Amino acid sequence: MSSLTQEYITEKLQSKFEGAIQSIEMLHDFLTITVEKSSLKSIMKFLHDDESLNFHFLTTLCGLHFPDQAAQFGMMYQLHNMPANFRIRIKSFTNDSEPVFDTMSDIWPAANWQERETHDFYGFRFHGHPDMRRILNMDSLVGWPMRKEFPLEDPFRGDKDDKMFGR
Amino acid sequence: MNSNKEILKEKEYTILNLGPTHPATHGIFQNVMKMDGELIVEAEPTIGYIHRAFEKLAERRPYNQITPITDRLNYCSSPINNMGWHMTVEKLAGIEIPKRVQYLRVIIMELARIADHIICNSVIGVDSGAMTGFLYVFQWREFIYEIYEELCGARLTTNIGRIGGLERDFTPLAWEKIHKLLKEFPEGLKEFENLLVRNRIFMDRTINCGPITAERALQYGFTGPNLRAAGVDYDVRVMNPYSGYEDFTFDIPLGTNGDTYDRFMVREQEMWQSLSIIRQAVEKLEKMEDKTTFHADVPNFFLPEKEDVYNTMEGLIYHFKIVMGETEMPKGEVYHAVEGGNGELGFYLVSDGGRTPYRLHFRRPCFIYYQAYPEMVKGAFLSDAILTMSSMNVIAGELDA
Repeated sequence: MSSLTQEYITEKLQSKFEGAIQSIEMLHDFLTITVEKSSLKSIMKFLHDDESLNFHFLTTLCGLHFPDQAAQFGMMYQLHNMPANFRIRIKSFTNDSEPVFDTMSDIWPAANWQERETHDFYGFRFHGHPDMRRILNMDSLVGWPMRKEFPLEDPFRGDKDDKMFGR
Repeated sequence: MNSNKEILKEKEYTILNLGPTHPATHGIFQNVMKMDGELIVEAEPTIGYIHRAFEKLAERRPYNQITPITDRLNYCSSPINNMGWHMTVEKLAGIEIPKRVQYLRVIIMELARIADHIICNSVIGVDSGAMTGFLYVFQWREFIYEIYEELCGARLTTNIGRIGGLERDFTPLAWEKIHKLLKEFPEGLKEFENLLVRNRIFMDRTINCGPITAERALQYGFTGPNLRAAGVDYDVRVMNPYSGYEDFTFDIPLGTNGDTYDRFMVREQEMWQSLSIIRQAVEKLEKMEDKTTFHADVPNFFLPEKEDVYNTMEGLIYHFKIVMGETEMPKGEVYHAVEGGNGELGFYLVSDGGRTPYRLHFRRPCFIYYQAYPEMVKGAFLSDAILTMSSMNVIAGELDA
């Protein structure tokens, strides 16, 4: 059980989901796999259900926004196989301007509020989520605060601006 | 004549608004509860009352200015948050921390854990009707805050340590106070335990109050004492040791039922383990030849002595670069987790090489496990719901970020 290795995981995923795996990297000892959005849910379900992989614990998830990329919006999930103490990060990007991801809350109830938080901050919708509302911000807030274009507090404050520092 | 016709009456529920500001919730969160008499049929938590947009703020602050933001996550154990953040940046920048500094950090983090658990456990006592223990152990929290004050000048929101080490070495007075704590706190903690652990009233109130199974707790993403109370021995300090925790010997206390009593007992035992870790760290430090190092040799991150800033060219340059946020940061993404007072406190950091993080996500244990609360209090009495909440140690700062 504790012999879960990077090679085993990647081989297993690649044989089952050929073509859906976009990249596999080790980022600071953290296996990071970027996958096609259309097969994201089935890959996550496979990682959870497969007995030899057994990623039973959802550590965290969050949204990502890279306005300079063609596929600007993305999701990041971190899973943990506790018996083998192996962590894995799954990322998935989309170029849709109003992204809809499949919910993970039916696999891991822990995803429920975290997806609401991601919706609150990025405006992503999660297909199949039981309660897709804002969670931390007020309901009347206009816009999605964690998107890069959303201005922070006072936009005229020059001292906090990167321009000041030649970047 | 007796007609046997049943009188059909629609069941009427009471809607009870618990919070946002209610003295029994120890924080600002609202629960709209549907009550059948005194039983809870449904609970609907509303959170976000003290949301301060930490993740957005962090995208506009240089790395060293994010430490004070982390203070305000779980403000009962700020030093752990601070250290977790420093270690995240150190991981990204590839900074090696000397052993002595690691052990000093371990002492600080374990002090913070004790301070955190003191509050949680004594508040469980208060919510079950025992005020004395709370007032009594608060003197020890006060004493731990005095140690913080000696180490960094602050008490609650500590901003303790710096990227690359600690801001200053432990002073002789700090050592004296740590030794006093090691000598006298066990007695105080023992007395507190004697008041509650085998107390008939306390046991009746807490056993089987707000239980959760290990399986459900894992599905809900529980970590820390709440998960361990349900019987899963997951502790980041052991699973993914950081800051030299691999050099220490300690037990992971476990519960079986995952109820309020088990959560209380797990925290209680963890305080004893923390004391033992501090004792081991002090011993290790005494044996160490190095008696002065309190930061790594990283002039790009660690502010030089004021003396050097005024008198040497290098000092001035490094000071200027750090203050103006001109330090080169490598590109990349890291995740670093520490065992906070409430469980796995994680920092997911994406850097594009700029002055500020490109994206910083906090994995806040409170936020993740509080979503199980409605399920845990369903069918329970209102007074048990209050007790369940305080035993989960939901800290509004961490919940709302």
